Amino acid sequence: MPKRHRIMLAKAGLDGHDRGVRVVAMGLRDANFEVIYTGRRQTPEHIVNAAIQEDVDAIGLSILSGAHMTLFAKILELLKAKEAEDIVVFGGGIIPPDDAQELKQMGVKHIFGPGTAMDTIVGAINQTLEQREAK
Amino acid sequence: MDKDKLAGLYQQWNQGSVEQALKKTPERANCAQTPAGIPNQRLYTPLSLDEAGFDYAKDLGFPGQFPYTRGRDPLGYRSNYWLFMQYAGCGDAEEANKRYRYLLSQGQAGISVAFDLPTQVGLDSDDPMADGEVGKIGVAVSSLQDLETVFEGIPLNQLRQISLVANAMSSIILAMFLALAEKQGVSVDECTLRIQNDVLKEFISRGAYIFPPEPSIRLTTDVVTYCAQNHPAWLPITLCGYHIREAGANAVQEVAYCLANGLAYMDEVARRGAPMERVLPQLSAFCAVNMNFFEEIAKFRALRRLWARLVRERYGVGPEVSLGLSLVNFTAGSSLTAQQPLNNIVRVAVECLAGVLGGCQSLFPCSMDEAFATPTEAAVKVALRTQQIIANETGIGDTVDPMGGSYYLESLTSEIEERALKMIEEIEALGGSVKAIDQGYFRRNIDEASYQWQKEVDTGARSIVGVNAYQEADEAPMEIFRPPAETQERQIARLQKLREERDNDRVQKALEQVKAVAATEENLIPALTEAARAYATMGEICGVLRSVFGEHNEGDI
Repeated sequence: MPKRHRIMLAKAGLDGHDRGVRVVAMGLRDANFEVIYTGRRQTPEHIVNAAIQEDVDAIGLSILSGAHMTLFAKILELLKAKEAEDIVVFGGGIIPPDDAQELKQMGVKHIFGPGTAMDTIVGAINQTLEQREAK
Repeated sequence: MDKDKLAGLYQQWNQGSVEQALKKTPERANCAQTPAGIPNQRLYTPLSLDEAGFDYAKDLGFPGQFPYTRGRDPLGYRSNYWLFMQYAGCGDAEEANKRYRYLLSQGQAGISVAFDLPTQVGLDSDDPMADGEVGKIGVAVSSLQDLETVFEGIPLNQLRQISLVANAMSSIILAMFLALAEKQGVSVDECTLRIQNDVLKEFISRGAYIFPPEPSIRLTTDVVTYCAQNHPAWLPITLCGYHIREAGANAVQEVAYCLANGLAYMDEVARRGAPMERVLPQLSAFCAVNMNFFEEIAKFRALRRLWARLVRERYGVGPEVSLGLSLVNFTAGSSLTAQQPLNNIVRVAVECLAGVLGGCQSLFPCSMDEAFATPTEAAVKVALRTQQIIANETGIGDTVDPMGGSYYLESLTSEIEERALKMIEEIEALGGSVKAIDQGYFRRNIDEASYQWQKEVDTGARSIVGVNAYQEADEAPMEIFRPPAETQERQIARLQKLREERDNDRVQKALEQVKAVAATEENLIPALTEAARAYATMGEICGVLRSVFGEHNEGDI
């Protein structure tokens, strides 16, 4: 019986647009993930602490406000500082392709932009988590 | 033609030519209904209208007259075209000022100010929560000083309209604007000011709330009644359907939820004894224009008619009071694709057409690159040109309500009105919008509709060019707008300098007065205006209000 993975979805910063993250939450739940959604206006500190406490496998960050470089960086920094880098980070929102590239170089595993199919998200997360477990 | 004879001919056609054609080529599955689930008949005829009990005088009437189905203005666009607007604002006040002057030079009629997120949620640019957000999706306005710079060289009384997209903090922005007019030496009544001021939709969809619902409505009403009293030509509230639709609601829900919120506001305004005959004519609705052409056009007409019918009864105003909602239409951001972004120019053009045929008073087209970022100058110019081309070259404004009388369109209009009314009745049965928010009514329904849409796209039941149809593997990246990196730093430095240089005693006194008035039922605008004049900051003023009203928490997800 494959392990059921636990994902924390979060909105960091001040952006309130949550259609995407809510739809992804529903899609991931239908794909048999356990999903915890933090709601809006969370600080990176709160997100990381909660993720560690909840023992999640991955954090998915939704940002449509242009503040993605700052916020993803903070999350990655905090995970490193708390020695929780095994938690996979992915995200989505309104993120220019150049920035998405840079984020991936920083350690964000996937950026799912507008138009990404639910199947693609599920597949990519599953693959990443399985690879991580295989190590 | 005699109805029975027509019915007979229709049946012949259906059983004859149609059957034969179907044997050769079946119909597409995806033409069966509109995105909101309204069934599409194969053909609409006078019989369709007859069945629906349609009556020209009662259901259509004339433009500028109850029930306003055919539009708010008797002359339509035969006198003035709709207002060509672009939502803009980014960076700090200087950068925003540059962009506005550019747009005005290119023929834009008025300015619609987008504020950055920290400003929208009542935070100063140097608040810890503002880090990374300053000047990103709008202009940073932490004080009157910033607003002065935004409008540097732009006399307030020379614009056709100034639209301030301010909601939770609308009372403070209004106060700053009043103080700005004083500084410019312009009589405020020479400008037409519009303030969005719809905080309920923030709780329901957009998420830029500050205080809990009840004090938020108090502030909303303060703005409305202050303007009704002192500046009756202004537009102090715009009922928003756009954000609710963008959150995933369908076209019927957009109408229903927008108007239900409108009733909540107007009930409060009426409770305060404000002159409804002055307030009601100044109302607008802010709607999305999405891709299903006829559903959208029908939606605008249904919205106007439903609102007029609802409020005439509810507030008992006389027939001389104009109940025709002014329509502000914005093309749907969610319809833009990141894939093959040039295609978005076409989408926006189609949406603009629908917005105009629905009879809007102002139109905001998206720019092609907004699936990536706020737009470049080049992209926003194409969006502005789109409206100019539609106005000048298509002739659709040359007669009033050209779509009126279309069998399909009038049937859709009636369907949308009927279904939306049912939803409003559901919301009323729960005790109105605020209670419905508390009970998760909107959340549930919007979640369902948005997930439904996603599933349709994922399964291919709904085709989106570039996304799940006609995809391309490798796309050349396009040039995207980058807010300058120094914006946040610059803005913070300015703000800190301001705090040192202003009369801090005056600020202190003004803030104390705001706090005192907040605890009463008195209109806060005068006290807020004094605070604005004194250069109290957004964060300071909202901080004081938070201490009295508390903060809203999202609650159960």
